[in-house]
Amino acid sequence: MPPHPRPLSPHLGIYRWQIGNTLSIVHRFTGIGLALGLIALCYWLVSLASGEESFRAAERTFASPVGLALLIGWTFAFLYHLLNGVRHLFWDLGLGFERRQRHLSGWFAVLGAVALTICVWAMLWQGRT
Amino acid sequence: MSLRSPLGRVLGTGSAKEGSGHWWAQRLSAVALIPLTLWFFFSLLLLPELDYLTVHTWLSVPLSSFFAVLLVAVLTYHSYLGTQVVVEDYVHANGAKLFLLLLLRFAYVLCGGASIFAILRVAFGS
Repeated sequence: MPPHPRPLSPHLGIYRWQIGNTLSIVHRFTGIGLALGLIALCYWLVSLASGEESFRAAERTFASPVGLALLIGWTFAFLYHLLNGVRHLFWDLGLGFERRQRHLSGWFAVLGAVALTICVWAMLWQGRT
Repeated sequence: MSLRSPLGRVLGTGSAKEGSGHWWAQRLSAVALIPLTLWFFFSLLLLPELDYLTVHTWLSVPLSSFFAVLLVAVLTYHSYLGTQVVVEDYVHANGAKLFLLLLLRFAYVLCGGASIFAILRVAFGS
């Protein structure tokens, strides 16, 4: 560390909280969450390769309350990271930088991810019963 | 003395003189993951059941196992690039940073390798 630490940008102490930076932070958090999800994906695939017995055990793990909560969380994280990621890709192309466009696409990513998560789990729930 | 103009020297390079490669790799893998993850997501969702026999039969179809291997490979790569940036952004102590970056690499190779090996076992039935 330098003897006189310089201020970091953006200066979080005076930064006004708004949808843009919130979604950016959520993007990072969902990314970290999905990285942990790779371990679950690995566990699931290895259990599938190891035979019916171990696959059943993995199924039970995922069907537990904690397992289900994680799966629902990962579903939302995946859908949000996907939608917001596409938003970032458009920015990389230089598109969608207007204030209105940024806010609209941001809300689209959040609400879209929530709606799709509900749809997916409603479908899965229907399949179960 | 360099004959290159100041503009020519800085174009495409930040203070670290590298990084655009990392940036590109992250974007390219992101684009590749759009069809790959959607394929995986919808394939599982549209299976009549998610029991052992159905999933095993589905994944042992060559096209499924091929795309599953690609998915895991690109996913692992993209995830590594992302978490690497997170570590670089927030861990400033040199020793801890190096340790975490190396740990991440080992963890990703292990996790990705195990996943791909599992898919191949399903595909080739051993």
